Amino acid sequence: MIIMKPTAVKSTGIQRYQQMFAGVSRLLQQLQAQWKSVVVTVPYFWMLLFFLAPFFIILKISVAESLIASPPFSDLLEWTRDGALSIRLSFENYSYLWKDDLYINTYLGSVKIAGISTLLCLLLGYPIAYAIVRSPPTTKNILLMLVILPFWTSFLLRVYAWMGLLADQGLINDLLIWAGIIDSPIRLLYSHFAVYVGIIYTYVPFMILPLYANMEKLDMTLHEAAADLGARPAVTFLTVTLPMTWPGIVAGSLLVFIPATGEFIIPDLLGGGNVQMIGRVLYNEFHSNHDWPVASAVAVALLVLLVLPMMVYQKVQEKESGSGW
Amino acid sequence: MTVSGEILDQHWLDSRARPFIHIRGVTKQFGGFTAVNNVDLDIYQGELFCLLGGSGCGKTTLLRMLAGFETPTSGVISIDGVDMNDVPPYERPVNMMFQSYALFPHMNVENNVAYGLKRDGLSKEEIRLRVGEMLAMVELSDFSKRKPHQLSGGQKQRVALARSLVKRPKVLLLDEPLGALDKRLREQTQFELMNIQDRLGVTFVVVTHDQEEAMTLSTRIAVMDAGQFVQVGTPTEIYEYPATRRVADFIGSINMFEGRVTENDADHVVVDSTDNALRFFMDHGASVSDGSRVWVAVRPEKIRLSRTPPPNEANQIEGVVQDIGYLGNVSIYRVRLESGMIVEVTVPNQTRPRDGKHAAGWEDRVFLDWEASSAILLTR
Ligand SMILES: Nc1ncnc2c1ncn2[C@@H]1O[C@H](COP(=O)(O)OP(=O)(O)OP(=O)(O)O)[C@@H](O)[C@H]1O
Ligand SMILES: [Mg+2]
Repeated sequence: MIIMKPTAVKSTGIQRYQQMFAGVSRLLQQLQAQWKSVVVTVPYFWMLLFFLAPFFIILKISVAESLIASPPFSDLLEWTRDGALSIRLSFENYSYLWKDDLYINTYLGSVKIAGISTLLCLLLGYPIAYAIVRSPPTTKNILLMLVILPFWTSFLLRVYAWMGLLADQGLINDLLIWAGIIDSPIRLLYSHFAVYVGIIYTYVPFMILPLYANMEKLDMTLHEAAADLGARPAVTFLTVTLPMTWPGIVAGSLLVFIPATGEFIIPDLLGGGNVQMIGRVLYNEFHSNHDWPVASAVAVALLVLLVLPMMVYQKVQEKESGSGW
Repeated sequence: MTVSGEILDQHWLDSRARPFIHIRGVTKQFGGFTAVNNVDLDIYQGELFCLLGGSGCGKTTLLRMLAGFETPTSGVISIDGVDMNDVPPYERPVNMMFQSYALFPHMNVENNVAYGLKRDGLSKEEIRLRVGEMLAMVELSDFSKRKPHQLSGGQKQRVALARSLVKRPKVLLLDEPLGALDKRLREQTQFELMNIQDRLGVTFVVVTHDQEEAMTLSTRIAVMDAGQFVQVGTPTEIYEYPATRRVADFIGSINMFEGRVTENDADHVVVDSTDNALRFFMDHGASVSDGSRVWVAVRPEKIRLSRTPPPNEANQIEGVVQDIGYLGNVSIYRVRLESGMIVEVTVPNQTRPRDGKHAAGWEDRVFLDWEASSAILLTR
């Protein structure tokens, strides 16, 4: 047997190609790895720039003192006369929120209105989403289009349209009088009722879409299996459909509840002065009272109020799926 | 076939017996496509009835009609004397094991199996007992707290089987119940199925692709093709007396010679092959006319293989060994005839091959022959 020195082995054409190819593919792999990290970083960067940074600015303002100046709040860092840097934190804005009944009641009121709206959106959206999933493909696309269609018109315009519908001389009152059901117009606009109508109308697509996405994945043979094992339709719904669509329910509910709690335009235009929600209070603090620090404190408190329960929920979920079996 | 078996076990031979599942003229159409075409069938209590057939021939559709998930386009299905037309699935005395298993993904194994028992409102204690028993049978006791997505394919299949068995229904519909199991577990479960059938008198309707499984398990087999039954009979009938070439081909392997009837008497039929210049003799009469086109079919294990010409003249072929497959217990010889046709012969290895030599070697000239009663005469 002849053993050649490795250096003596002249690489054939094919080997050279193979080496070249290996080199290129290694390069591509490296690029791909880097590209992956780039792709992952972009959303983080986005969050940092457009969510976290503004949030810290608001947080900073919320611990400042209100001044009649421009900007109308004190600086966080200040040079004292003897040249030392001092930090001025004021938590008075928060204790102010806590002490004044107005804020607590408005918070609770907002959460209540948002909660009831979410529940009604769910009761309305769930069967709609289910019907869409179960309909034949062509009908399905049309129905989905119809759900998304309102977004093609400005949100503000649609709320104004509701004002027109609900007004004392509006279409609904006119119809009811014409039909002889009532003699004089009933108060629809500027009431809790109008706010509920507005919120549910606006937010029900946000309930339907995640539910639809969730139900679309639902395996219909599971319903057959349940029926086969003796479950009536109602029981099948409670023991199979509902638990399996739970993630969709949670997603949809959060998508409705969170923005509804901070909703400003709907309570302002449809509720008038009769429905106080935290969004309106915030608006007034900023624009009428020019008290930016209190307004910021209201905003931060709202965030904490919404985010904390969500985080707790998520932890519980994680724990359950971690040790559920 | 002789009717030697106890008539008690063979209800289908007893004209007075009342069928448990009664299917008459059932057709199912999807749009313009006919999945099940005008099917008649009676299945008796305690039977283990196998539906056998190629993919897409309508087995699952027939099962789904029995379970109540599909309504027949026309025809009648009754179970235990009750017309099932208006009975919803959850009220039928039937449980089904789905081809796709259809396990509830949000429930663990135990709760999946307990689901049907809970619907019957049994006591907690009883449910626990029966679920435990069932899981022990399918060897999944250690997995009772797992979710379906944490199981292998075979384990899922066993959960599905346990879930359908645990309710002890009058009729069990099993759609490919044992396909994903390994050989040992499959044989064990087959045995267990027969055991359950014996003990509880449950009537089984089993869909399978696996003809060997059908042969071992079933009291009777229905061979389906394109939405229709080609033949219904006991495993022996289906194997030894297939009604058509398709059935003969589908169950086991078979050699088929095309020919024309030249003699046709009450006690014998003679067929001359079209392409092989061969003459076949059958020692039984058949309802065929002279000169009609027929097929003579012989199973590989019915053929004798020898190196010297056999004594009887009829049913004799000469050829050259082209291939030998040694399977241990038997060897399969593929013999090429002069016409180029290949005939398969199974030879039991009664003695050990001497010096590694088989009864005949490659390229050896051999003679094939069979008993006059062994061949099957097929007209379609
Ligand atoms: N819901 C349906 N709509 C339209 N066609 C269907 C439907 N269900 C089944 N079919 C068709 O009916 C025929 C029979 O289907 P079926 O599921 O009964 O076959 P199968 O014998 O169980 O096959 P396999 O052995 O592959 O499971 C197939 O051609 C199938 O495409
Ligand atoms: Mg099938």
